[in-house]
Amino acid sequence: MGEVFVELKGIKKAYEGVYALKGIDLALRKGEIHCLAGGNGCGKSTLIKTISGVHEPTAGEIYIDGQQMNHMKPLDAIEKGIQVIYQDFAVFPNLTVAENIALNTEIKDRTKVVSYKRMRELAGKAMAQIGADLNPDARLEDLSVAGKQMVALCRAIINNPKLLILDEPTTALTAKEVQKLWGVLRNLREQNIAILLVDHKFDEIRPLVDRLTILRNGEFVSSGLISEYGHVRFQKDMTGHDFSTEKYRPEPSDEPILSVEHISSKGNYEDISFALSKGDVLGITGLLGSGRNEIAEALFGLCPAESGKIVLHGKEVKLKSIKDAVKHEIGFVPEDRLTEGLFTALPITDNTVASSLKKYVRAFGLKSFEMGENTKTWMKRLGVVAVSKDVPVSSLSGGNAQKVVLGKWLNTNPKLLVLVGPSVGMDVGAKAEIHAILRDLAQTGVGVVMVTDDLSELVENCNRILIVKDHKIIKSSDNSLSKKEIEALLMGSDQKEEEA
Amino acid sequence: MNRTKSKAFFTSNTMILVYVILAFSVVVALRQPAFLSPATPINLCRAGLFTFCFALCEMLVMITGGIDVSFPAIGCVSMYVPMVLYDRGILPDNGLYFVLVALLCGLIFGLLNGVLVSYLRIPSLIATLATSSIASGFLAFAFGVKDLTAMPTAFTKIYEMNLVTYTDPASGLSYPLTVLIFVPVVLAVVMALILRYTMGGRGLYAMGGNLSAARIVGFPVRRLQFTTYIVSGLITSLTAVMYVILMHNASTTALMGNEMLVIAACVVGGCSLSGGKGTIGGVLLGTLLITLVQNHLNMLGIDTRWQTLAVGIVLLFGVLMTSLQAGRGKGRV
Repeated sequence: MGEVFVELKGIKKAYEGVYALKGIDLALRKGEIHCLAGGNGCGKSTLIKTISGVHEPTAGEIYIDGQQMNHMKPLDAIEKGIQVIYQDFAVFPNLTVAENIALNTEIKDRTKVVSYKRMRELAGKAMAQIGADLNPDARLEDLSVAGKQMVALCRAIINNPKLLILDEPTTALTAKEVQKLWGVLRNLREQNIAILLVDHKFDEIRPLVDRLTILRNGEFVSSGLISEYGHVRFQKDMTGHDFSTEKYRPEPSDEPILSVEHISSKGNYEDISFALSKGDVLGITGLLGSGRNEIAEALFGLCPAESGKIVLHGKEVKLKSIKDAVKHEIGFVPEDRLTEGLFTALPITDNTVASSLKKYVRAFGLKSFEMGENTKTWMKRLGVVAVSKDVPVSSLSGGNAQKVVLGKWLNTNPKLLVLVGPSVGMDVGAKAEIHAILRDLAQTGVGVVMVTDDLSELVENCNRILIVKDHKIIKSSDNSLSKKEIEALLMGSDQKEEEA
Repeated sequence: MNRTKSKAFFTSNTMILVYVILAFSVVVALRQPAFLSPATPINLCRAGLFTFCFALCEMLVMITGGIDVSFPAIGCVSMYVPMVLYDRGILPDNGLYFVLVALLCGLIFGLLNGVLVSYLRIPSLIATLATSSIASGFLAFAFGVKDLTAMPTAFTKIYEMNLVTYTDPASGLSYPLTVLIFVPVVLAVVMALILRYTMGGRGLYAMGGNLSAARIVGFPVRRLQFTTYIVSGLITSLTAVMYVILMHNASTTALMGNEMLVIAACVVGGCSLSGGKGTIGGVLLGTLLITLVQNHLNMLGIDTRWQTLAVGIVLLFGVLMTSLQAGRGKGRV
């Protein structure tokens, strides 16, 4: 067991009288990977900012290397060997790998004249230390997210940190890249560096971290060795309530909502048929590039069918463009909701009414009172946590932003709601809330179609499942499938391909 | 690796720009063999000298992520104020005093830009637009619109100093290349060295690439930005003095309307409107293309009235090139 490097005692932090942290204890040891988990808005970010000196706590004590810190500033924290890698990595897209890694050191050394040779050497050393292999002359904008992250890591490492903090490092990484990152972090642990990781995906952190601390609503919930946690306890501590992983099984209904008959679009999907009755939640899954997204997009006129027909509430509809889809009261929640589904700089109200503006038009201007009232109703119904309806969406957490996208479409009273990756990037609690909302919607007669990679999400929430492979439905089921069976179906055909 | 590298080089924006310039020159030369005369580069140097100097200022600002539309107005103030003072006998017949007053004007308005943008955090377009209006408004209010031509004798001497003079054997016209061409050359070299090899220079690129990251890393972001606008103001006023020397004339609106041309030269030369990009070489090529188009459209038999349109098309081409390149980069990931 390593010695304690940073110790927090009873940390409280208030913003305008509201406590974001309500007395947190935390001990970070050298040579140990500590994971901080908690739902959106649990205080993780505030805690990180407190440790790194960005925020001064309202109450409580911070000890670094046994020494009590008062009025700590970011520079003090850096001098003590604390390095933070933020979610956006804070890198320079227009500069080279070597510059990105070495500039900080050059500034610290008060260099006036830049030596590219020295920067390359510095960068090479840092990359060797974490086992990264990047071209030092490549520009950051040409690197993948994982590459940028490696650069951010190198830049931190070059300062010989004693504590490395990573804020949700895996959000934009593929499973393989996560494994690589974990390898790097294990290596750093060997070098006796303390690591604090913010992550709320239990399966992901389980093989890596030594110790776990869970926060909820700014309060300390539990802390212990990772071996003391299992899925159930993790979820319970994260959200405060037990999640029954009860599968969604609506009463069978013979009231049809949607029927898709033999639609095809060359190169996108072939001969797709399925039907949806009242209460059904239909899930579509498949590997990337299998055509699963395109099928969902067909329902919103984004990837229109070239043949076949789509019947909505007993009437055949032509969905050749988004306009058609909107006319037929179909809502679409895209995967990349921040860029495609929301006007992040605008307030919640404007986003909520964005797809239903027609309702609010009057002779001159808009009925802003009604807009506000409707927004408030949806915020309440969907459980959007925000200071008010007037704050910009960019200030909301991922889960809350997703609820605003949902609210936007629900405000149009859709007959059919199509969602791609409805809970991507959300924590367990927010996921469960979104799922509950979708189930409720289905019960009230809205057709719900979701495309998802998350097999638990699929199995638990969809009573109808389509598995897409090579642009065709290879299996259509009314949920007699288990996760394992779906995996086998997805991978099985993969293996065949490899053999061929 | 090597092959992709050389392929990347031949399809880089810079090389595309070179191809366009060559293609344009070939077309002009085919129609008008006179284009191949030594008079052409001399003319281009003369015509492009001001554009290039202004483009250097603009590039500095654009690298930091801003845009400057105030240099024509600042230039006008910097040439007209010392000119008036000289005309009224307040300034002695000494070129140095003239230059100092001009630089002072550039400094004052550069400071104003700097304060507005770096300390009051006003978006650079709005801030420099305001500075521009203030500067040209001040000129119109204080001095009216009279053109002035009287200037220190030293300036006349400089005007007569030429590196080479080419005399066309057919027409007997002479084409002198002014020694002032050294000013942009020296400026460009010094600037290139500063941008590439000093921490301050790298800081400009860093803040254009990611402002908050530049702050976190420890660059004195505000000071760098502030300095940029001051340097830009000073270079602008120096350019204005050269204008006076070479054109034998100063008016309150002499340089107005140049901003689009200069921004076009920068953008075509690879400066990004979102900041963090721009090289001296690129800006030189951009200036060359714009100047060529401006000066030689008539050689192609195209009416000079089409000039503005042509510059617009070139600008569009430049922006398109960068956005296509960006799209290509995206596709690679």
